[in-house]
Amino acid sequence: MPLDKPYQGVPGTTIFDADQSRKGYWLNQFCMSLMKAPNRERFKADERAYLDEWPMTEEQKQAVLARDLNRCIELGGNIYFLAKIGATDGKSFQQMAGSMTGMSEEEYRNMMIGGGRPSTWTPPAKEKK
Amino acid sequence: MARITASVYTSHVPAIGAAMDLGKTEEPYWQKVFAGYQFSREWIKANTPDVVFLVFNDHATAFSLDMIPTFAIGTAAEYAVADEGWGPRPVPKVEGHPELAAHIAQSVIQQDFDLTLVNKMDVDHGLTVPLSLMCGQTQAWPFKVIPFAVNVVQYPVPSGMRCFRLGQAIRKAVESYDEELNVQIWGTGGMSHQLQGPRAGLINKEWDNRFLDRLLDDPEGLASVSHVEYVKEAGSEGIELVMWLIARGAMADVAGGRKPTLKHRFYHVPASNTAVGHMILEN
Repeated sequence: MPLDKPYQGVPGTTIFDADQSRKGYWLNQFCMSLMKAPNRERFKADERAYLDEWPMTEEQKQAVLARDLNRCIELGGNIYFLAKIGATDGKSFQQMAGSMTGMSEEEYRNMMIGGGRPSTWTPPAKEKK
Repeated sequence: MARITASVYTSHVPAIGAAMDLGKTEEPYWQKVFAGYQFSREWIKANTPDVVFLVFNDHATAFSLDMIPTFAIGTAAEYAVADEGWGPRPVPKVEGHPELAAHIAQSVIQQDFDLTLVNKMDVDHGLTVPLSLMCGQTQAWPFKVIPFAVNVVQYPVPSGMRCFRLGQAIRKAVESYDEELNVQIWGTGGMSHQLQGPRAGLINKEWDNRFLDRLLDDPEGLASVSHVEYVKEAGSEGIELVMWLIARGAMADVAGGRKPTLKHRFYHVPASNTAVGHMILEN
C-alpha cells in the first residue's frame, strides 16, 4: 500500500517527508556543515570547491550556487537546513523566504506588513503546469 | 510535590532574537511585537518558576538528518547556545534540571511514550527566543530549563492528539516528583507561516485566532485537527503549533481540575514571515 500523502495537493508547497529527505540528504548535510565558522569561511572562499567535497548531485550544486531555493527544495532541500546558506550570506530569513515568491524584497516585505498572503492564494495561471 | 502552575504559549521567530541582540526593539516595526510581551515580563517576575519545561522544535541544529527523534527530552545539566550559521546568540547558557528531567523521562516512557534522552545538545532560537521574549536581556536565566524537542521538520510528524496526550503524561510525571517545585510548561513556535516556495508569506489571522480560542476552551477538539489542515490553513510551517497542545494537555482541567485562568492573550502580524501568537494560562 502506498503512503498516504494528503499534503501533496497544496499549491506552491513541498512537504519535507521521508522521500524528500532521502533525495536531499547530502544537500541538507552540506547546509548543516555551515554551522561551523571555519566551514563558512572555506565555502565563501571557493564555493564550487567546497561543494565538490560533498556527494551532492550536480543539479543540487548548481541550485546552491545560483541560490535558487525553490530548486533546492525540489531537489530535497529543507528550508530549516537551507537557512544556513542564507545565514552564511548574511541574509535574513525574510529575504530568503521572499526570494522564492517571484516578488522583490520590498514587495514581499510590504505584503507581510499588509497582513501576509491569503491562505486562498493560488499560483498565477502561467506557473501552472 | 512538584506541580505545574502555569503554561505559556509563544511564537519563537528567529528575527525577534536578532532584533533584541542588535538593539532594534524600539523600532516601530518591532515595538508592536514587544508591546505584547510587556505584561508577560512583569508576570514572570511575579511568578518565577523553579523550572520551565520548554517544548520547542530543533531547526536542523542539534539534530541533522542522521537522527530525527520525534520527542527528545534534555537530561543534561547545561546546554550551550547554538551557532545556527551567524554565530551563537549573545544570551546566557541554559541550565538544566537533570534530576527532574530523568524523573519525567522514566515516568513518561512508562506511560508508553517513547522519548529520546539527550545528554548533550546545543539549543537554537526555538528555545532561546521564548526565554528572551519572557525574561528580556539578562545575565542569567532566572530558572532552570528542561528542553523538550519535537520533530516538526521531517514528516511524519506527531499528531496534535498525540501531543495533547503526551502533555497529560508529562503532568502526571511532574506531580509524582517528591521535591516541592514550581514548574511551568511552555509550548513554543508557530502561528501561521510558510517559509518556503511560491506560497511563502502565508498568514491566516482568522484561523490563528480560532486556534487561540479553542486552545483555551476546547483543547481536545483542537487536538483532532489534521496535519493537512495546518498546512492548508496555517502554512507548511504552521505545523509547529502542535507543540502548543503538549503544554495545554498538561493543564489541570484536562485531568478533571478547574479550567485555567487566561492571564494574557496577544496576536500580531507580522514578525518577519509569521504571525506572532502568545497566551498565558494559570492553573
